[in-house]
Amino acid sequence: MGIVHGQEMVLNIGPQHPSTHGVLRLQVRTDGEIISEIKPFIGYLHRCFEKHSENVTYEQVIPFTDRCDYLASMANNFGYVVAMEELMDIKVPERVEFIRVIMGELQRIASHLLALGVYGLDVGAFTPFLHMFRDRERILDIFEMTCGARLLYNYMWVGGLSHDLPVGFMDVTYNFLDYFEPKIGEFNNLLSHNKIFVERTADVGVLPPDVAISYGVSGPNLRASGVKWDIRKDEPYSIYDRFDFDVPIGEGIKGSVGDCWDRYYVRMLEMIESVKILRQALSQIPKDGDVHQTIPKKIRPPKGSIYKRTETPRGDLGYYIVSDGSPVPYRVKMRSPAFTALSVLGEIANGWMMSDVIAILGSLDIVLGEIDR
Amino acid sequence: MTVDWIFEWLNGLFTTLSGNAFFLIIAILVPCLALFGFITVYAFVVIYMELKVSSFIQDKVGPMGQGVGLHAGKWGVLQPVADALKLLTKEDIIPESADRPLFIMAPFMIFIGAFIGFIALPFGEYIIITDLNIGIFYILAVGSFSVIALILAGWASNNKWSLYGGMRSAAQIVSYEIPAGLSIVVVIMLSSTLSMQGIVKYQEGGIFNWIIFTNPFAFVAFFIYFISAMAETNRTPFDIPEAESELVGGFHTEYSGMRFAFFFLSEYANMFVVSGVAATGFLGGWQSPIPGYFNTPLWGIFWMLSKTMFLVFMMIWMRWTFPRLRVDQLMNVCWKVLLPISLVNIFGVGIWTLVFG
Repeated sequence: MGIVHGQEMVLNIGPQHPSTHGVLRLQVRTDGEIISEIKPFIGYLHRCFEKHSENVTYEQVIPFTDRCDYLASMANNFGYVVAMEELMDIKVPERVEFIRVIMGELQRIASHLLALGVYGLDVGAFTPFLHMFRDRERILDIFEMTCGARLLYNYMWVGGLSHDLPVGFMDVTYNFLDYFEPKIGEFNNLLSHNKIFVERTADVGVLPPDVAISYGVSGPNLRASGVKWDIRKDEPYSIYDRFDFDVPIGEGIKGSVGDCWDRYYVRMLEMIESVKILRQALSQIPKDGDVHQTIPKKIRPPKGSIYKRTETPRGDLGYYIVSDGSPVPYRVKMRSPAFTALSVLGEIANGWMMSDVIAILGSLDIVLGEIDR
Repeated sequence: MTVDWIFEWLNGLFTTLSGNAFFLIIAILVPCLALFGFITVYAFVVIYMELKVSSFIQDKVGPMGQGVGLHAGKWGVLQPVADALKLLTKEDIIPESADRPLFIMAPFMIFIGAFIGFIALPFGEYIIITDLNIGIFYILAVGSFSVIALILAGWASNNKWSLYGGMRSAAQIVSYEIPAGLSIVVVIMLSSTLSMQGIVKYQEGGIFNWIIFTNPFAFVAFFIYFISAMAETNRTPFDIPEAESELVGGFHTEYSGMRFAFFFLSEYANMFVVSGVAATGFLGGWQSPIPGYFNTPLWGIFWMLSKTMFLVFMMIWMRWTFPRLRVDQLMNVCWKVLLPISLVNIFGVGIWTLVFG
């Protein structure tokens, strides 16, 4: 008897599929359950962010940045305004800086909660998803209380903020932190150390550090591979150099360094660090200060260009802004961390099974709004 | 022995037409219709249970009837009815490229597979549709009937996801039959009968005479059977044939409306059958846990239903707690863990019976 040769089948995962995290199409070549080739096709959510930006004024770009990574809008605002302020040489008041850090870290927790919850869903656990959504909801309530919006905030403006903190913000946020910290242990018991979950994710889709660096992968995905690189620490922007926090990296506790479980668990640890930063920021924030004080009347940056990167929940988000001296940007380019994370998929997911490809894709935590822009 | 009983009763009533084949048909139809009614009511109960249990696990309230107008009753008890009505009134879509006859046949076949398993389940000393002398063997045999239907559904849909689902379910159910069957062998060895009533009667005399507590090997066998049964009914953590996040819907991706409802219904019916077998084989069936008390036929129904529903509840609980296994891990669990343990179990029970029996 010879070996039975099967025919390879080309299968399209997406653009409408429960776990492509948006409208992504993966064209995979399969032999039974084994995947031999993956080709991601993107562009289903392309909304011409960069081209649009060339036709609106600088302040009108901010709502567009909201809509890129719609799960971490605050962080996207943050990156853009930090870049603009450096270009225009604006020094914002202390209070504004603190509020920005508070919002950025709350957003990081919200984004990671969603990423981890949805990852649970990808490997078939429904309950952690709803538990994490319940807690994310409380952060969205805080955002709603602050700026009226729950998803797309347009909160950080060039030189300031749209609103000051509302009355009672401190109590609500402290309450949330007190409530949230023990929940992380609960999530670990429910999902992180679950035998089946570990079986599904440990040693699966290992991303070696050299591959991660050569592809330009950043953020939690890079740190899970054991590279200690966090813009907040290594190239501090805003006032991140004043806070005491660790940069968690993947240690291969359950499998090898850089596997899906590490990518998952690094996010869990980062939430703990964010809580640390939040507690420090909340206790040190100056009592008074006008958040509109340094907002320029007319935004006309001098001729020149700037590239500034910040650490969003998904990684290293860079804005390249070219100004020709007019109120309209000449060019706005966004370097998206999710795009590089997706580009590494073909490298690490080849040869794995159907279910693993979904698990690997989920562990990279991509947002199609940011990939396609 | 309801079929026999109705047949005798009809013969006695119309002595002139005694032995008519028509009577036999009636005698078969009546219990089957009653059974169908029971499955429907049970499905409503268990769907409501699934909704509420999952909601409480997930820290939400689940279906609640609030406000005036058309709503799902107090505490949402009418939600399953609303769901059923929705599925009934939905458009029935058959994809153009599907294999029409097979596509239509599959939901009925899977339901038949679940339905005929009920026939040999005893609910009391006299409440059983037919007490086959090979009852437990029969249930195991017809339980695998659903594999054909699942492959059929997967193939006939002419959809790559459905095909994946169908093929996965074939591999899964066929392999998990083996540890399930071998665990049942333990029961058969102890009770030395294949008849369901015989097995229940063997466990007479209170909770400590139930097979699960008679010896440690039977205790292990119960859990192996229960795990395998969960895999056979495609419940999480073994729901890889459906695997919503991977295969969209697996074998039922292309099914909608009532045809989908049949898949749904037979999944729940299957859960009842496998839990019923576990309750009968290991937990004393309709026997009361306290010897001499609560032994009337009505209590018998209560014991059987409560034991079965407890196991169904366990399945629901696990579904909403665990992630899903991967297809090769599923096979590893079956062939490398459950199968050797159940083989050892058979030897163990044999030796135990020789030494202590």
